[in-house]
Amino acid sequence: MTGHQITIPDFALVVLIGPTGSGKSSFARKHFLETEIVSSDNCRALVSDDETDLGATADAFDLLNYTAAIRLKRRLLTVIDATSVRREDRARLVQLARKYHALPVAVVLDIDPKICHDRNQSRPNRDFGEHVARNHSKSLRRGLRGLQKEGFRQIQVMKSPGEVDALQITREPLWTDNRADNGPFDIIGDVHGCFDELNELLGNLGYQIDSFAPDGEDLIGARHPEGRIAFFVGDLTDRGPRNRDTLRLVMGMCLEGTGRCVIGNHDFKLHKWLKGRKVTQTHGLDVTVAELEATSDAFRKQVADFIWDLRSHAWLADGKLVIAHAGLKEEMHGRGSGQVRTFAMFGETTGEVDEFGLPVRLEWARDYRGKADVVFGHTPMQDAEWLNNTMCIDTGCVFGGKLTALRWPERETVSVPAKTQYAVPAKPLDAGRSLSAQQAHDRLLYFDDYATKMRIETRFKSTLQIPEENSLAALEVMSRFAVDPRWLVYLPPTMAACPTAPEGSFLEHPDQAMDHYGDRGVTDLVVEEKHMGSRALLVVARDAGAARTRFGVEDGKAGVVYTRTGRPFFKDEARERAIIGRVAGAIHATGLWETLETDWVLLDAELMPWSAKAQELLQRQYYPTVAAAQSSAAALLDAIAKAGDLGGLDALRMKAETQLSNADLMGKTIDGYCWAADSIDDYRIAPFHILATEGKVHSDQPHTWHMETLAILAKADPILQTTGWKQIDPTDPAHRAEVVTWWMSHTAKGGEGLVFKPNAFTLRGERGLIQPAMKVRGRDYLRIIYGPDYDLPVNIERLRQRGLGRKFSLAEREFKLGFEGLHRFVARAPLSRIHECALAVLALESEPVDPRL
Amino acid sequence: MQLELTLIAPPDADYAATDLGFLLHKHPDHLHVRSSSAGDITIFFSETTPSRATAVLHLEVDPISLVRGKNKQSDGLLAQYVNDRPFVASSFLSVAMTKAFAQSMAGKSKDRQALADRALPFEIRIVPVALSGDLDLVKRLFEPLGYRVATPDTDGPIIDLRLSATLPLGDVLRHLYVLVPVLDNFKHYYVSEDEIDRLLAKGEGWLSAHPEKEIITRRALKHRRSLMNMALARLEESLPQDDEPEDAPKVEPEEQLEKPLRLHDLRLDSVADVLRDHSVTSVLDLGCGEGKLMARLIKERGLNRIVGVDASVRTLELAHRKLRLHQAGDAKAARVALQMGSLTYGDRRWHGFDAATLVEVIEHIEPHRLSALALSLFGDARPGLVVVTTPNREYNALFEGLPHGKLRHPDHRFEWTRAEFEDWATKVAEEHGYAASFAPLGPLDDTHGAPSQMAVFTLADTK
Repeated sequence: MTGHQITIPDFALVVLIGPTGSGKSSFARKHFLETEIVSSDNCRALVSDDETDLGATADAFDLLNYTAAIRLKRRLLTVIDATSVRREDRARLVQLARKYHALPVAVVLDIDPKICHDRNQSRPNRDFGEHVARNHSKSLRRGLRGLQKEGFRQIQVMKSPGEVDALQITREPLWTDNRADNGPFDIIGDVHGCFDELNELLGNLGYQIDSFAPDGEDLIGARHPEGRIAFFVGDLTDRGPRNRDTLRLVMGMCLEGTGRCVIGNHDFKLHKWLKGRKVTQTHGLDVTVAELEATSDAFRKQVADFIWDLRSHAWLADGKLVIAHAGLKEEMHGRGSGQVRTFAMFGETTGEVDEFGLPVRLEWARDYRGKADVVFGHTPMQDAEWLNNTMCIDTGCVFGGKLTALRWPERETVSVPAKTQYAVPAKPLDAGRSLSAQQAHDRLLYFDDYATKMRIETRFKSTLQIPEENSLAALEVMSRFAVDPRWLVYLPPTMAACPTAPEGSFLEHPDQAMDHYGDRGVTDLVVEEKHMGSRALLVVARDAGAARTRFGVEDGKAGVVYTRTGRPFFKDEARERAIIGRVAGAIHATGLWETLETDWVLLDAELMPWSAKAQELLQRQYYPTVAAAQSSAAALLDAIAKAGDLGGLDALRMKAETQLSNADLMGKTIDGYCWAADSIDDYRIAPFHILATEGKVHSDQPHTWHMETLAILAKADPILQTTGWKQIDPTDPAHRAEVVTWWMSHTAKGGEGLVFKPNAFTLRGERGLIQPAMKVRGRDYLRIIYGPDYDLPVNIERLRQRGLGRKFSLAEREFKLGFEGLHRFVARAPLSRIHECALAVLALESEPVDPRL
Repeated sequence: MQLELTLIAPPDADYAATDLGFLLHKHPDHLHVRSSSAGDITIFFSETTPSRATAVLHLEVDPISLVRGKNKQSDGLLAQYVNDRPFVASSFLSVAMTKAFAQSMAGKSKDRQALADRALPFEIRIVPVALSGDLDLVKRLFEPLGYRVATPDTDGPIIDLRLSATLPLGDVLRHLYVLVPVLDNFKHYYVSEDEIDRLLAKGEGWLSAHPEKEIITRRALKHRRSLMNMALARLEESLPQDDEPEDAPKVEPEEQLEKPLRLHDLRLDSVADVLRDHSVTSVLDLGCGEGKLMARLIKERGLNRIVGVDASVRTLELAHRKLRLHQAGDAKAARVALQMGSLTYGDRRWHGFDAATLVEVIEHIEPHRLSALALSLFGDARPGLVVVTTPNREYNALFEGLPHGKLRHPDHRFEWTRAEFEDWATKVAEEHGYAASFAPLGPLDDTHGAPSQMAVFTLADTK
């Protein structure tokens, strides 16, 4: 017997059916991976330590079903190695396949029970009577004919060991699995016979359409010079004026390979009519029927064949795009079942009808959290809008709306208006809303989306994991204190401290920061003054209307100021409003709205004075520490003075003098950061990053650009403070000396320190991201971090032992998460996906790390 | 930080002030240096005249070892930024005193036992002290023991403590040993049961009669209630009282205010009545806190699902214990559950409940986030019945001890008048298809209404 070859889908539930001893297990091992096989014997062994223990059969099958279910849920081909000779056993498996939309495939080993029995005799633990194999075989043969009816979509029967040996199995992707096809696509909404608009739309998209005779039957060719594919979401005909020509063009393009199409409910119904089945000619089918009745049988057959071949949906571009007529839930992507086909054509309905007599649709898109874009039509909408990565591009052309195409992966829509209203919709298209569909949806985020271990894929070549307990902590903080999540599009990363100076009187020194970057081959550094205030993020829009349009907020604000943990910076909203107004005024005055082509901007800034936000900290910690240190040293000096020249007191006095002076220095340093902020003019805002504007995240702009642009802004209003900066090469000795001198003089005047940043903003080295920023703090500033006497020789040597690794790693992860979130916001991702990044930054901040770094 | 002890010898005294050297076992002409677990101790005399002699004990605490050494407290104040611990008199000083003056503290003197047994005039200075409280506390602690307090007034918590008294030296030292950490209210070492013994040993003969013994034991044992109760019991030679759980939260300021009215019980009664009247079978208690309402609802027949939701894991753990869910059998576990959740997010787990309660919860939400709550609860979860209670701000005028304009609890983000509450509730109800009715909670005042108010929302298309 020659080898017989069959093809099965690469995602299927393969059910082996055969009596005991028919050779199922060897067959399975020959054709499938060991991990693909779920065997009843094996399961019996797992639950009872004995694979022949019949008493364990029920539990063993629970395990078998459970294992198979999980594999199918994960879209893995699964082979069931059990006798499965009884109909009810198979029914359970077919049901399982249906639940996970896998094709059930029956592979039957209908082997003579005598052969089976002989085989069993030669194997250990199989010494059951001959009747067992015989009964299995009887039962199997009884059911053989009904397999198709039971729901198996593919059935292979082998009647002898020879046939079993000869069978070869190849696998191929499901029809709907076109993941290798990356487009680019122009996805076109429901045409419904609007041929003129389709022509115009294809023209606008750059397709060249062959000349054709109107009212002919020959197909019309068309193609895009760059090889783009026109992908139709179905519902080609009905209601509109030129159904036949629409079919000629779409069929022509599909035949030529320049177009593709998935099936819509109208196409499905048309096919029924073409096949001569009885259909009610409503919803515009009558128009199409009238046109097609005038065509030849051959043309109608061609149409019927065309529709018959249309798939339920297409899973494209490495799984990043799904096209289906009525959309598709994530758990159905790239799968096949009757349910998938029904969903893809009709959507999910409850059976209820609304006041217009239309089916009530379940809003699957509302709960969609998949990463793949799902593009669909079916329900006419006023405008095509993204909602949770889904877009309905049926913009009701036939109802006088427009015909819309989505260019993908560009994600841009192109529309042409309907030339007229060809049909009256049962209910008016959704009227324009003040919030977009996504924004309306985003008014509410779901707690249960986040209260788990979070896994966030970033565009920085790494996926970050957040443990559940950290997410929960972040959620608590977020819900009790944070600003409205719609404003909170970004949380800033913590900043790495420089490696510790190895010797001398400094704990931190510019040399180590410059060495850090120099060693990693970074020769273009920007060094900026570090201001001592509180970190503030400012979202500033042109006005409240612009804020509402872009952020979907409903609080009437034109912007907000929030802290690095997402809390409102000001308790007093009037003060926040005034600050936002001043900054917006400065942006307006300097023409930056126009230069940056935006209506809003997100600024990263230091807001001073420190005392504006840190009042409680100052009162409870810093001032008492200074007072205590001064008082302690002064009291000792007094006592020593009174004691006179007692031997041995000199050393104590000198130490006490140093301590008093250190305490004074610490007090002076703190005083320099504090002043009364009674009016708006008392504040100083020093922005140092223009994080994002419309359509852009500026983490690809060099810091020199940020500094120069912000310097222009600062000229417009005295509450905006410029930041001193230099561009240096850390390997150039002259530059290094210059930086050290600057750092010394800046910190001697009370400056906090300097920050070193690779000018490129985001820079990858050999081992991942280069630290995006590193601070080098001044000697006196560090007194308020490490205590007044940290630089006494006896102390500083011990303080040099500080672990920086955790802080470095945290800074890097938070940087990635922060900018990932911002990129998502700028790309208009659903808020739930932006919010998870902000939450993740906050969650990481709950990790224990030396707070002095 | 340092302790300065001055012995005064009046002109007619039968002893010399410099006898202080004998009493402390420290030669006045020498510098005495030793180290202890608390830090380096230096003792010298800054004044040695026949009428006045002053011994100075200076303690130098190592600031680095506070964070990194064996005394480190990883999650306390010490790990956080910079602090006053290395500089102020605290339990470190007490430890240093036992090291430096062990004999004297026990009332012994090798060469001047008679003097050690006698009450002598002393001046005491401890500088600096981080006073937790006001100068009145200093007086309340020291005056009953016979001290005069002469501490100058200062701005802020750092004070220069000055006392004088005529007492035996051993008494003075033991008083200081116990009371200095009480003033400071911060213990540097781990509080354990040995602490009680130490406290009792040094407090022998005076602590049990001290009018402030409660605050002294509480602070000395750093709020560890069970230790404190054991100590108080041993002082009074009585049986220990029943312990509160060790981490029982302090009485909420709000409850303190409302206590005479038993308002909270009343609220819970009213809410339970509403649920019963509507024949509710499943209820979501949003902002369940420690589970007071849940504890009450558990007893209600006919309620077969009670789920408490709170944003704080800590609070939920407490509720878990108070509701005894750790001992719950399957039936109770299926009926009563706790969930972490937030009122400003939607939550799919909230779908399908008959009722939701928010008892004294909304006032803890920022006003600008209330729209998210309305959307999540009334727009998305849509229980048939929602019961909301919140304080009536108008009634605050009647609370004694609540300054005008103040809210009842520091975490209240707002408190509403009756009109404000009804306005909000009516709008929310209209927007989401509910009907709202209102009721006062507590005794009605003619002008100010009741202390609390309740809104009952019913979904228009249910019973």
